[in-house]
Amino acid sequence: MGTLNAIMIVLGLLVVVVVAWLIAVYNGLITLRNRTDEAWSDIDVQLKRRYDLIPNLVETVKGYAKHESETMEKVIQARAAAMGAQTTAAKAEAENQLSQTLKSLFAIAENYPDLKASQNFLQLQDDLKDAEDKIQAARRFYNANVRDFNTKIQVFPNNLIAERLSFKKYEFFEIDNAERQNVQVKF
Amino acid sequence: MTTYDFIAANKRKTVILIAVFSALVLAIGWTIDQYYGGGGFFVGVAAIYSTISALVSYYAGDKVALAVSGARPVTGAESPYVVRMVENLAISQGMPTPKVYLIEDEAINAFATGRDPKHASIAVTTGAVRKLANEELEGVLAHEMSHVKNYDIRVMTIVIVLVGIISVLANMMFRATFYGGRRRDNRNSASGVFLLIGLVLMIFAPFIAQLIKLAVSRRREYLADASGALMTRFPEGLARALRKIQQESMPMAHASAATAHLFIANPFTGKTLEGLFSTHPPIEMRIAALEKMASVPGT
Repeated sequence: MGTLNAIMIVLGLLVVVVVAWLIAVYNGLITLRNRTDEAWSDIDVQLKRRYDLIPNLVETVKGYAKHESETMEKVIQARAAAMGAQTTAAKAEAENQLSQTLKSLFAIAENYPDLKASQNFLQLQDDLKDAEDKIQAARRFYNANVRDFNTKIQVFPNNLIAERLSFKKYEFFEIDNAERQNVQVKF
Repeated sequence: MTTYDFIAANKRKTVILIAVFSALVLAIGWTIDQYYGGGGFFVGVAAIYSTISALVSYYAGDKVALAVSGARPVTGAESPYVVRMVENLAISQGMPTPKVYLIEDEAINAFATGRDPKHASIAVTTGAVRKLANEELEGVLAHEMSHVKNYDIRVMTIVIVLVGIISVLANMMFRATFYGGRRRDNRNSASGVFLLIGLVLMIFAPFIAQLIKLAVSRRREYLADASGALMTRFPEGLARALRKIQQESMPMAHASAATAHLFIANPFTGKTLEGLFSTHPPIEMRIAALEKMASVPGT
């Protein structure tokens, strides 16, 4: 009878330890996942700032460079596409597309000295640079959170249960700046 | 130790500082009670006094520090360069943006204050903004942001007010022995008490300096350097800024002993704070540590 009791106690303790571990891992993962989601919404806020600047920018360029409507149309389309993108990868792709079109818009501006000298244009360019710097900052915070979360679900023994509890790896958000690189003028 | 351990340690230190301070003030009240036979009256006064000063130092210490340094708040419209830089650093750390202050001074210097990241302020001299290059200023601001993030600011800010109050008390006691003694000659024993307390407080002054030393440890500066470098991913920026500070060695126009330990460089000499309480490690060692980080790929 004594040995049976001892076995029961050991088994009971084992169950308690495993349950405590499960709870700790689960709660830790939830905290990290919420933090990552919050970091993503921070990126969203900054991306919106950029979206809001673009119509103004297009209007300003239009005032000086009427014949470049094709480029401006592309910018507006890219903006719409970026705003509509759903998944992280699609969003990054669309954002890069938008940055590319903005780059060509700034390349065009090179040909219009009046536009380049316009106070309004300079201000918008400055605001856009600030918006992009902030997107980069938010992106770094998001990626740091993604890294922590992914590490947490991939390390042993968390990896044994993470998938079963439907925790999935997050994707890093990789985008370029339109303003960072030098404008490339194509001939 | 992780960042979270440092935060916990800083919160603990704040409590200890306030407890030591309150005990000191209560002890003074009790001593006066013993001689005057106040029957607990002075202990009561001391209790109220220490409670109020603890509350003031916790909730208004940052305002005191900013006012003493002659810092004025700036908005993004006024000085977009600095404010945007602070905003971006805050976003990259997922922290609330601290309030930004400018100090009209040619010397290169900066400090952070407040009680937690939600109630934090960063002040930089106009000299720093003008003389430091983009990534150098970012390095300095990131160093200050790490102080905010690690709750160093809470300990350092509370030290200002509490130390200030103790030195004022010591002064008052000392004066009371002369002025009070002359008016009431029959109260010789009482003025003797004030003299004694004044003397004890004066003796305590080095001990208080020691407390600051403990609160503002060398390791914390290295940590702020390191985590600041991690924020900007460019350790050389801060290293270059430190070197510029070292080469310039320009004292600030309105330096105060009470707030000196807050600054990144000693406001009296313009050198880093190695001489004052040796709270800051020698600048060469900080630069060397930063350059080591810069040479490691992937950091």
